[in-house]
Amino acid sequence: MTQIKYVKTPLSEDVVMELKAGEHVLLTGTIYTARDAAHKKLVELIERKEPLPIPLKGQIIYYVGPTPAPPRRPIGAAGPTTSSRLDPYTPKLLSAGLKGMIGKGKRGKEVIEAIKKYKAIYFVTIGGAGALLSKCVLKSKVVAYPELGPEAIYELEVKDFPLFVANDTKGNDLYEIGRKQYEIKD
Amino acid sequence: MREINVTELVETIKKLCIESCIGLNEDVCGFIKRAMEKEESPLGREILKQLLKNEKIAREEHIPICQDTGMVTVFLEVGQDVHLTGGDIREAIQEGVRRGYKEGFLRKSVCDPLSRKNTGDNTPAIIHFEIVPGDKLKITVMPKGAGSENMSRATVFPPAAGIEGIEDFVFKTVEKAAVNTCSPLIVGVGIGGGLDKAASLAKEALLRPLGQKAADPTLAELEERWLNKINNFGFGPLGLGGRVTCLAVHIATYPCHIASLPVAVNIQCHAHRLKEVII
Repeated sequence: MTQIKYVKTPLSEDVVMELKAGEHVLLTGTIYTARDAAHKKLVELIERKEPLPIPLKGQIIYYVGPTPAPPRRPIGAAGPTTSSRLDPYTPKLLSAGLKGMIGKGKRGKEVIEAIKKYKAIYFVTIGGAGALLSKCVLKSKVVAYPELGPEAIYELEVKDFPLFVANDTKGNDLYEIGRKQYEIKD
Repeated sequence: MREINVTELVETIKKLCIESCIGLNEDVCGFIKRAMEKEESPLGREILKQLLKNEKIAREEHIPICQDTGMVTVFLEVGQDVHLTGGDIREAIQEGVRRGYKEGFLRKSVCDPLSRKNTGDNTPAIIHFEIVPGDKLKITVMPKGAGSENMSRATVFPPAAGIEGIEDFVFKTVEKAAVNTCSPLIVGVGIGGGLDKAASLAKEALLRPLGQKAADPTLAELEERWLNKINNFGFGPLGLGGRVTCLAVHIATYPCHIASLPVAVNIQCHAHRLKEVII
């Protein structure tokens, strides 16, 4: 394991430029959740040049639809959902100032190019570890589209949220690097 | 004739829904532990360690392992000497799922396929009935997330495709899944029947406990060979590189038409949630 980097939100360009694919990051600060339906709404607003319900500049979106919070907990299980479903919307959000994304799974070519172009960062976290990750969420509140239920936009306050850098500003892809290292050809 | 009142099943189904979402079965935990020994990638080992820690937190704190608590498939094996009384068994099952997802604080992830409107209570479950000899009732509950189901595939080949065609289809499906679904994966393969039967076989193959090989030695050998091949791909835990991409391959077959070769692959993630009870 590489050394752990501690990162706070909002993200500055300097911090983002320093992050490299494969690095282990612990993130602290405010992040926003959004899945398919919320992405569609955000992109429509950007295209119509209307105000957004959340700030995007320097911010991070976490692709998650948590389980309902049981009593005395800020949130239920809260692991990442598959990022590639959001690929069609991502370049638009990056062009509007979004700096980082958290999800799971490999991104498409257009997204990897847009990450390079807009100097952004794509983190992955531990897919299928919703209980563990929920312990890093200190507070949660719905800030937009409550009618979408688990797909609403939540504002989360996270502490030492574990991440791995998957795509950096140089165009590196941890999914390619990792596999090449361990592939055994016939 | 043994009588079973269907209203008794409501609580059972509710409990199975909740329990399956907050704890993995021993076979799965054991396989993840063993994967840690095999995994050469430090990042891969760290991920596997965190998965076991996640399972422990889920069990101890009664919080779902994964936020995608899935759509539920209920497999019912009904003994032919059982008389189900007291109402509609389908409604009893749906009521059990409804209560489980409400009382267990599980995510409601079921919607109309076209309008995309959420049904609000995670019903309906998909129900498979099978009539078997005896006077018992076996209920298996399997909540499955979309991350894995979305990467599952089915097709019908001409017989000329042969075993090479099947292998190619299985490996291509797994290659796409390994970087999107939460690996290490469990791969269910159904071969034969019609398109529907192959898809059912592939999912049912996942019900077999990990470590139990196919009864047919030819299939058992294929399972072993495909498992090794998949693990040589190098995708590793979560697809970030490593030696363990897949925990097990389970194959099930059924005779098919002389002119066709249906094949289905059901991809399962490491959060293999499954509980059963025999009444």
